[in-house]
Amino acid sequence: MSKPESKAAGKSEVVKDLSMLKQKEMITRNYDALTSAPETGRKVAATFVPGNLNELIQVFGLLNNLPEINAIQNGMRKLSGDYILEAEKRGHSEDVCTYVKADLGSMAKGNLAPNGKPLPRPDVLLLSYTGCFTFMKWFELVRNEYKCPTVMLHVPYQGEGTTTRNMRDYIVKQLKQEVIPKLEQVSGVKFDIDRLRELMRESAKAEDDFVWVLETARHRPSPIDAYFGSVYYTGPIFTAFRGTPDASEYYRLLRAEIEERMAKGLGPITPEGDMKQQKYRLVVEGPPNWTSFREFWKMFYDEGAVVVASSYTKVGGLYDLGFRHDPDHPLESLADYAMGCYTNMNLPQRVGLLEKYMKEYEADGLLINSIKSCNSFSAGQLMMMREIEKRTGKPGAFIETDLVDPRYFSAANVKNRLESYFQMIDQKRRVASAA
Amino acid sequence: MCAAPVPAPSPTAPIVARCQELFDDLDFGAARRWKAAAPGRKVVAFMPVYAPRELVHAAGMLPLGIMGAGESLEVIHGDAYYQSYICRIPRSTLELGITGRLDFVDGFLFPSLCDVIRNLSGIWKLLFPKVYVRYLDVPQNFTPGMADEFWVHELQELREGLGKLAGVEITDDALRDSIAVYNENRRVVREVYAYRAAEPWQAPSSDVYLLMRAGLVLPVEEHTRLLRDWLAAARSEKRQRRDNTRIVLNGVFCEQPPLGLIKAIEMAGCYVVDDDFMLVNRLLIGDVPVEGDPLANLSTAYLTRSEETASKYQPDQAAKGQYIVDAVRRNGAEGVIFAAPSFCDPALLERPMLEERLDRVDVPYIGFKYAENSAQMQPVREQAGTFADSIKLWSTP
Ligand code: SF4
Ligand code: SF4
Repeated sequence: MSKPESKAAGKSEVVKDLSMLKQKEMITRNYDALTSAPETGRKVAATFVPGNLNELIQVFGLLNNLPEINAIQNGMRKLSGDYILEAEKRGHSEDVCTYVKADLGSMAKGNLAPNGKPLPRPDVLLLSYTGCFTFMKWFELVRNEYKCPTVMLHVPYQGEGTTTRNMRDYIVKQLKQEVIPKLEQVSGVKFDIDRLRELMRESAKAEDDFVWVLETARHRPSPIDAYFGSVYYTGPIFTAFRGTPDASEYYRLLRAEIEERMAKGLGPITPEGDMKQQKYRLVVEGPPNWTSFREFWKMFYDEGAVVVASSYTKVGGLYDLGFRHDPDHPLESLADYAMGCYTNMNLPQRVGLLEKYMKEYEADGLLINSIKSCNSFSAGQLMMMREIEKRTGKPGAFIETDLVDPRYFSAANVKNRLESYFQMIDQKRRVASAA
Repeated sequence: MCAAPVPAPSPTAPIVARCQELFDDLDFGAARRWKAAAPGRKVVAFMPVYAPRELVHAAGMLPLGIMGAGESLEVIHGDAYYQSYICRIPRSTLELGITGRLDFVDGFLFPSLCDVIRNLSGIWKLLFPKVYVRYLDVPQNFTPGMADEFWVHELQELREGLGKLAGVEITDDALRDSIAVYNENRRVVREVYAYRAAEPWQAPSSDVYLLMRAGLVLPVEEHTRLLRDWLAAARSEKRQRRDNTRIVLNGVFCEQPPLGLIKAIEMAGCYVVDDDFMLVNRLLIGDVPVEGDPLANLSTAYLTRSEETASKYQPDQAAKGQYIVDAVRRNGAEGVIFAAPSFCDPALLERPMLEERLDRVDVPYIGFKYAENSAQMQPVREQAGTFADSIKLWSTP
């Protein structure tokens, strides 16, 4: 497969595959559409990633603006630190989720998109209350600024480790009686269930390819990194593109590229270039740190550690467990999707899933990147680690960072912790081979 | 030579002393004794802020409110389960569990207050597989007609689960009786609050706090009697009225501050005239109807007539936070003290919205954070004292 772009970045060679260019172009186009909304007159919905209703939003011709994604963008562009300070200056506690503060701080400072233009005021806040309590407070705070309509979609949590008919009916009822009428009202577009089916059909295609890509990590060497690399792979499907032909095209390209890497016996592509040696195969639980993303990734690269499965790449759906958007039951399927996201699963389910990944992906260990900001993910992770260690006999490691607050990324600490972890894995191996 | 007169013992003192004893007892002796008093009795614990205790009661079981372990229990095991940046209540609650202090508890309900409590429900499932553990997904959609069916159905599942645990069928009539018993309790709870708001010098907040805490561990009938006795005793004595500043205390709905902190606020010259401690005692406003379908009645009461708090969504932007202003007005308060547990997303994210509301109507406030084992009371006392003094100063014509 041709490499269309290759440029030197410091010492390392950055190679961009077609899929990467495609995604970059999609993101740029989406931000341009968002920032030009005041001129084009397009209406904008803001909503959260887990369990988002992107297909439904598109039925009404609304643009989808995801504040978590903006926070990530600002984190990677090293802007979030200032935004967080700004929010704290305005009275927000240092203790709370930094995504919220990065968003509020950015709003206070002009709310600029990566293209340098201001993001539009949302016409509606679609509060998908899925898998995280903080979402609710976040949009109550944002609503205070924008004074725009807000629609609550309460998605019940899988407290008993399962979804029930009652939970599903509740969501469908909210969709029918509240979400859809409100979106019709805001957009001025009538709901068209066939259009929804069409979009969902398109989603399912991309979902098939996405799962295929994630599962290639079973191979040795793994042609992908299922954490650092895969957060890029989740981009289109978790955000404003699911259901579009662009997203399907992206995953087709990606699949072809990974197929080729696999055929050639190559490891994942990283910012440092191709990953050559794969000494350690890891499962990772928890979101990444965005402010030092590349530095963090490099620590793994330098040690020859490849991530073969991660939970973060499941916050936008557990497609690998078989879920697909189902055009034959569109609203029910949206309900199942919303309930099925990783952070909407109870702790025993999360442990079970990680255990399964450890076994199926033949991992050497579980690494938890515990995020200071995020109670949804973090509360209970120490127990999860112990449980996985007990069930698999493989060592776990625990590091602590934050999503977008650079004050909580201590490179030296993380590196030390990783180094001793890899030594521990080595030692376990020596003991095992001596036995 | 004449001896100084010995002050007559306060008639409320023995009642408060009993509550203090219940509060101090981290082995939950009262609940254990209740359980041991008759064969087959069961105990069902619950976390803040709201659990439909009527269902537990109707099954003949004892609802037991757990609010962490406070300041006196050294947390040894619990810290191994929680990172330093997570509030303290889940770790001390786990400590209670791991050290066997909750070994008599047969069921445990975890309401949807926040992600920490939510995830604790999963930890409990894994660590204590013999306990009936249920997460209560209390509805967040308050649009009329949207969540009733869902919540009634969830309550029905809970009813079946609890019935199985108790080995009885929870009938509608039993539920109606329990609703009536809790209505009575809620009425007296509100009477105590109203009494304190009217004559706060008669009702020290630390005493009221202990009275309400007792409601978490005693059978409800006994708690109702205790509150009545206390009201009668309090009314029978005259305490010295001070020129204290009347404040509303907000943010204390989950992890509890040490008792010393509540006392420190009072000693700094504040009368607490409203608070959000132990919301479960009065979350439902007014009586729940006894006639008709009991589950539907409980559901409607929650969805349409329950107190606002940080963990509940407010669908109307214009009304967001108004409840703090109402609490100030209703109770003739002069200021608000926001106290929140460290790392508590619900309380700390709610606070700026409440502050904005208070700014609009010019009500002064201060805020600080605590942990259930905070040892330093001096800064709180100083802060609250300065706050109380400044209010007095500025309100003097
Ligand atoms: S608490 Fe976690 S899941 Fe919730 S908004 Fe913050 S980062 Fe996202
Ligand atoms: S103190 Fe706050 S964050 Fe902690 S469990 Fe209670 S409500 Fe949740």
